[in-house]
Amino acid sequence: MTVLTDIPEKWLPVVLPIKKKKKAGFGGGKSKKKRTEEERRVKANDREHNEKFQYANNCIVTSKYNILTFLPVNLFEQFQEVANTYFLFLLILQLIPQISSLSWFTTIVPLALVLSITAVKDATDDYFRHKSDNQVNNRQSQVLIRGSLQNEKWMNVKVGDIIKLENNQFVAADLLLLSSTEPHGLCYIETAELDGETNMKVRQSVSVTAELGDPNNLASFDGEVVCEPPNNKLDRFCGTLYWREKKYPLTNQNMLLRGCVLRNTEACYGLVIFAGPDTKLMQNSGRTKFKRTSIDRLMNTLVLWIFGFLVCMGVILAVGNAVWEREVGSLFQSYLPWDPPVDNFMFSAFLSFWSYIIILNTVVPISLYVSVEVIRLGHSYFINWDRQMFCSRCNTAAESRTTTLNEELGQVEYIFSDKTGTLTQNIMTFNKCSINGQTYGEVTDPLGKQPKRLDFTPFNPLANPDFCFYDEKLLESVKVGDLHTHEFFRLLSLCHTVMSEEKSEGELVYKAQSPDEGALVTAARNFGFVFRSRTPGTITTTEMGRTVTYSLLAILDFNNIRKRMSVIVRNPEGRICLYCKGADTVLLERLHPCNQELMSITSDHLNEYGADGLRTLALAYRELSEDEWEAWSESHRCADKATDCREDRLAAAYDKIEQDMKLLGATAIEDKLQEGVPETIALLSLANIKIWVLTGDKQETAVNIGYSCKMLTDDMTEVFIIGGHTVQSVRQELRSARERMMELSRGKTEGMEAWAEACFMGNGMKDGQEGDCTTGRGSKQLHCSSLPPSASGDMDSISGEFALIISGHSLAHALEADMEAEFVSTACACKAVICCRVTPLQKAQVVELIKKHKKAVTLAIGDGANDVSMIKSAHIGVGISGQEGIQAVLASDYSFAQFRFLQRLLLVHGRWSYLRMCRFLCYFFYKNFAFTMVHFWFGFFCGFSAQTVYDQFFITLYNIVYTSLPVLAMGVFDQDVPDHRSLEYPKLYEPGQLNLLFNKKEFFICITQGIYTSVVLFFVPYAVLSDATQSNGVPLADYQTFAVTTATALVIVVSVQIALDTGFWTVFNHMFVWGSVGSYFTIMFALHSQTLFRIFPNQFRFIGSAQNTLLQPVVWLTIALATAVCVVPVLAFRFLKLDLKPQLSDTVRHTQLVRQKRRKPGGRSIGGAWRGTGSVSEGRLGARGGSRRSGYAFSHQEGFGELITSGKNMRLSSLALANFASKHSSSWIETLRRKKTNHTPPSTSGECSPAPSNVSGTCPALSNSSSVLGGSQETPIEEETDAAVVLSSSSHPAASEPAEPRAPAQVAPVDSSTSAAARTDSPGGWTRSLETVQEALFGRRGCASASSTQVPPCDATETPPH
Amino acid sequence: MGKTKNKSGPLARRPDNSAFKQQRLPAWSPMLTANTVLPFFYLLAVICMLLGVWLLLLVQSTQEIKLDYTDLGNCNECFDLRRNVSNAAQTCSCRVEFSIDKSLKGDVFFYYGLKNFHQNLRRYMDSRDDGQTLGRIKNLKNPSTYCAPFDKDNDGVPIAPCGAIANSMFNDSFTLNYHLSSSRSVPVPLLRTGLTWYTDKNIKFRNPRTDNLTLAEVFEGTRPPLYWQKPVYSLDPHDPNNNGFINEDLIVWMREAAFPNFKKLYGILNRADPIFEKGLPKGNYSIDISYTLPGQEGSGADHADLVRRPEPFPADCLPGNQQPDPAGGRRPHRGLVEVRKGWEEHEGMKHGGVKTED
Repeated sequence: MTVLTDIPEKWLPVVLPIKKKKKAGFGGGKSKKKRTEEERRVKANDREHNEKFQYANNCIVTSKYNILTFLPVNLFEQFQEVANTYFLFLLILQLIPQISSLSWFTTIVPLALVLSITAVKDATDDYFRHKSDNQVNNRQSQVLIRGSLQNEKWMNVKVGDIIKLENNQFVAADLLLLSSTEPHGLCYIETAELDGETNMKVRQSVSVTAELGDPNNLASFDGEVVCEPPNNKLDRFCGTLYWREKKYPLTNQNMLLRGCVLRNTEACYGLVIFAGPDTKLMQNSGRTKFKRTSIDRLMNTLVLWIFGFLVCMGVILAVGNAVWEREVGSLFQSYLPWDPPVDNFMFSAFLSFWSYIIILNTVVPISLYVSVEVIRLGHSYFINWDRQMFCSRCNTAAESRTTTLNEELGQVEYIFSDKTGTLTQNIMTFNKCSINGQTYGEVTDPLGKQPKRLDFTPFNPLANPDFCFYDEKLLESVKVGDLHTHEFFRLLSLCHTVMSEEKSEGELVYKAQSPDEGALVTAARNFGFVFRSRTPGTITTTEMGRTVTYSLLAILDFNNIRKRMSVIVRNPEGRICLYCKGADTVLLERLHPCNQELMSITSDHLNEYGADGLRTLALAYRELSEDEWEAWSESHRCADKATDCREDRLAAAYDKIEQDMKLLGATAIEDKLQEGVPETIALLSLANIKIWVLTGDKQETAVNIGYSCKMLTDDMTEVFIIGGHTVQSVRQELRSARERMMELSRGKTEGMEAWAEACFMGNGMKDGQEGDCTTGRGSKQLHCSSLPPSASGDMDSISGEFALIISGHSLAHALEADMEAEFVSTACACKAVICCRVTPLQKAQVVELIKKHKKAVTLAIGDGANDVSMIKSAHIGVGISGQEGIQAVLASDYSFAQFRFLQRLLLVHGRWSYLRMCRFLCYFFYKNFAFTMVHFWFGFFCGFSAQTVYDQFFITLYNIVYTSLPVLAMGVFDQDVPDHRSLEYPKLYEPGQLNLLFNKKEFFICITQGIYTSVVLFFVPYAVLSDATQSNGVPLADYQTFAVTTATALVIVVSVQIALDTGFWTVFNHMFVWGSVGSYFTIMFALHSQTLFRIFPNQFRFIGSAQNTLLQPVVWLTIALATAVCVVPVLAFRFLKLDLKPQLSDTVRHTQLVRQKRRKPGGRSIGGAWRGTGSVSEGRLGARGGSRRSGYAFSHQEGFGELITSGKNMRLSSLALANFASKHSSSWIETLRRKKTNHTPPSTSGECSPAPSNVSGTCPALSNSSSVLGGSQETPIEEETDAAVVLSSSSHPAASEPAEPRAPAQVAPVDSSTSAAARTDSPGGWTRSLETVQEALFGRRGCASASSTQVPPCDATETPPH
Repeated sequence: MGKTKNKSGPLARRPDNSAFKQQRLPAWSPMLTANTVLPFFYLLAVICMLLGVWLLLLVQSTQEIKLDYTDLGNCNECFDLRRNVSNAAQTCSCRVEFSIDKSLKGDVFFYYGLKNFHQNLRRYMDSRDDGQTLGRIKNLKNPSTYCAPFDKDNDGVPIAPCGAIANSMFNDSFTLNYHLSSSRSVPVPLLRTGLTWYTDKNIKFRNPRTDNLTLAEVFEGTRPPLYWQKPVYSLDPHDPNNNGFINEDLIVWMREAAFPNFKKLYGILNRADPIFEKGLPKGNYSIDISYTLPGQEGSGADHADLVRRPEPFPADCLPGNQQPDPAGGRRPHRGLVEVRKGWEEHEGMKHGGVKTED
């Protein structure tokens, strides 16, 4: 039903921008009375005092109406829509008898229809709002009243109350944290509902209140808070607490905001500061701004033009009326005197103007808007229903949350994508390692059958069953007791900042700050080196079944400059050892010289891993003597205590000890991409969509992902990195990048040839090139036309492949007003743009920038709360659903579970929607002009008296019955090429981007055709009938015969026209087209029947016309003649265009038809061939030529080592403390650059690369990437099942496993045995505690492993049956 | 969506795999290529050509004689008479003579025609009450307001049939004479019924129920339209069943013409007479056009208006407008009403399209 929720404000966005409706809810009434609040004073435990200020209470009203106000308010709102008002105005005009050229019902029937549909929808929406309001307002919370805790409904909570919150409860209002059960007044909250981030945040109370503790003390607390008035800034709070004559500053760190959930804290107490509508949550949930598509805007412009045209026609006809009345009509006065108020021809002309406005208003029928809505609704449902956009792993179907943007999906030019969770799964898997010069994990043979997953359980009862590794050699080596291997895993089990939680024996849960660490520690765990627990001074592990406790001497924490971390531990034997892991670039420099040989082997391995897009770490260790340790420990202590330059000193101290280490090996972690990401990106860029990655991640990570998802390739001419910290340096970097591009492209004509070829191949047809490249696409036709790069500095002419990487602080400068143009021109010349370290706001700014400068349709896709701003500001926002955070989904217009669905959303659904909408609009304007303009011509024959040509019932029904359904069916069902073809030929997407199918030119063609039709429809019957008679001598030139003839001809002509326009005749199209023609005749005969005439003789005067007219062969000949004259030119034009100047879609369609014919006898040989090529490239990431890149596997912030050693956080289960400032250096990139200049050319493994080797791909490359997709379409279930590898350290309770249809029996017992655990959960899904979930998971895992089947362990939490 | 299927499990929310939902409905996708379009065009051209030839032959076998009697014979005298309003009450008749060179065989239809007479004005067309002509007593005594100002006369007496259309009814009468020799002539018999649609005559127009009363009694309490000479119940003195609302001249007139120049059926040659058994023989004919203008009462005001016009307009605007009026002939550009008479012989259809595209 979500589809419906968005039609709302949008029946008609015509013409004027919709007035923002004042929300009736939100306690709006109250706030109006109140003066704007300047500061807020809240006294704890003093309701009387606080009542003086009339602060809003905690009751929330989001509904708009109640039973009494519904009708007036809703009607009032609906009539604020311009179109509704316009039709109301017409209705009123029609009630004036002197003007009324049509009966009132011709307008009121459609209007009432539209109004009531909208009203019903609004009512339903509001009903649900009422329900949810009630539910929220009636939640219980414990309020401290007169010294005792009492249960109160949320809506009765007042500002100044003290509330007790328990673990996993929602925060009821914006609270000042007073005290908690945790030490230091700490408490942990999850802010998913607020900002979508699922990690936990710490809040701490002011120390004086933290000591208050229990309710008795709190009851006597009478502090007063003075703070800022309610606002919507989530991360800022500023206030002062006055208590016992002292002032305490308050910050956001002291606040618990409504919408958060308390986690890992038994209970806490808070003072209500903001309640109800004043809370930051509610202040933020303003009406999202209404997005409109470019077609909407165009349509509104056109409607305005049509209104202008209407007025022109009215004026012409009114002038005609004036002349006629003066010259002719005055002589006719005795037969027909003027109506009483009319006393001269001018006044008559004035009235005639309005009369004509009424009868000609059908050029813009109200049904246009309704139909557009219906079509979009249909498209939205198709998106919702698409099985190929259903993710079985997370049981999430694609959802179109707005119904108003569908056709814009067919016009996207820029995609802005988040990285984590969107391109990647944010899941790290331990993939390969190199130990002592031996590489492990290389078994993935794409041609061989799926290698067997190692089963660790017999060897190690503590192993994590989710862990996947395929290379048996490594396990053997552990079992054999290879020293290096043991040391390797020992390092992994010791050197980290992971926290473990062991609920019961063997049930280990690792809480890692970054998934990389989690993956490494889990790997060590499975290979027999299990990290069990830690205290500030010790680390306990189980090594090969033997429990060992190391004393932790120091953690040399990670930071961005050091790019490594070490621990110094003393083992039970007393040996002191330093274990270090870090980026290879850093670590390899610090090895003992004797490692030279191993180092070169290992760096070869590292190169390979890096080339595979894996994130690597080098591992090394060093034994320390007691003396060394003592000495260093002293210097370290010194540095630690230093007050100035502490960090530098610490770094120096660390640096001193991390020397002369022995290399152990390297790890390679795969930052798992979402499925199909590289293919999708390749396909989308073939469709001429530019993809920008905007990420908050580090540059290294971002670049690495850029490579692994094929946005960046080694074949790129150059990758520019903008990292300047000052305006000048950024400007300079941008300029030099641009100059370099010009320079390179000038010298690179062969690049152009490659382009032309790519273009040729992309079109797929021989004649495609001609048709595609020469049709005047203008400058937007990127590089396709063979214009040589001009030296004029026109950035559009730059050829070659460039990529731009810009970091957040440089972006801040680049986004400044005077530089943004420069930035845009540089960035848009690049094929790939990656912005790293950007803030949410900057994401939105970048989107706005492109919107502003490029006038292109933008799409933003993301999954987290930090993407919300970008999702909201892009034309189309897409949220990745199925993850825990729902903020992005809530803000989005479309949501689905996997990035790869984007290709289907755009290339299939978007393209179809655009095509359908365009065809619909063309036809719609055509049919209404054909219908209405007949009146205009008739005006010249009827003295401009505003006599209609048709029966009034015909006018009423024409748009809503006779012609609405066929065009709706076309608008909903039409397809020019089938879905897999539009994925195979991404070039098919281009007409949408260039807006070729419906623009002003097309519009004029449509209405010209409509006017031509109206001329034919009027003058052919006129010429024929004016002199014709029936066989019995009765003339045929009477009005009613003429009306029936014209109307019938019109219905037939427009039906034939829609038949020509319909490219895809489903059963519905047949039904509707034939049905409409049938209904026309049926209804006409009914309306012209004697029964109706006997009841209402004055309304149904056409009695007998239908039968008398349609029995005349002359009439039928007339109709046939009119139809032929209307249709034959169109037919001729269409087929000539198709044969002489075919569009790509025509050619594709043609080949499709030919293929179908051929396939009938011969099977699907072609499709098979396509798939065949695809299967070769099934390799996970594909091999890439070995450029030296290093993405080291640290994605976390520094500072945790300190937390661990201080012991402060030992009760913390999740360590994600937000907002640690981190310095950033670009030195790594410098290294990269240096290395890139002399990198070795790619090896000859090109043929197994699935990615196109140049920009748009040669033909085989194209077929490769698309056929992978093609294959997946044919067998979606199997593929998903295969791909459903359970990922280690998954902490997503929502992640679920597809039930294998083949093995339901095996799955079932697992489910039933654990269902008890699942059932105990509260029905409110995600509110249950993390622990419970983990328990449930582990219970399940245990069962799964006990049953010792090959079924992938099922960590699905079934939705409990309701 | 709305349906609650009791599915559960990881695929619970997977959309149905129906052809409709997956947009895989079997469909026919035609393409307009030369191969499909050109044969169609050739076929169309052949059909059109055959049709055209047939229609051409058909039309050639149709004979038509048109007489614009505005200017003919002594009809211009009547025009002059009509120019002067004071002569409005005088009768006028004139005669037009013509000859037929080739006999008109078969059915012969007699039409009258008007030029530049706008029966298709919106307010004119609205100015009728179908309830009244359907014979409803209520509407008879209380005509619809759409008929205004022709619903009631100045004394408030309802007009039957009301409205501008009825009021302006063309009621000239024509007598066609066949001159066997210079001295002897016989009137050509014309059928004055069977001129309308079946539905008009039998359903749309009914007389009020008489209940043993005469028509005249039924219409008591109403008056005829201002411009009429005779009340509606005595329009046809020869055929009592052709009176009242079902009078065929009235019905023919009430079926408004779509265009300002139109013709309406006046009569059909009665071929019962042996002379006219085969149609109209060739020879000399004359038409007597007669006016029976009874005294006008109650329409003085209207007259006055007309008369005051800068150039006194032909009498055709006067009460009985149906005079064959010279106006059209002499001043075609001003001519509001012109009566034209046509002869037509019909055999089947008359017109059709001749089309040859491509």
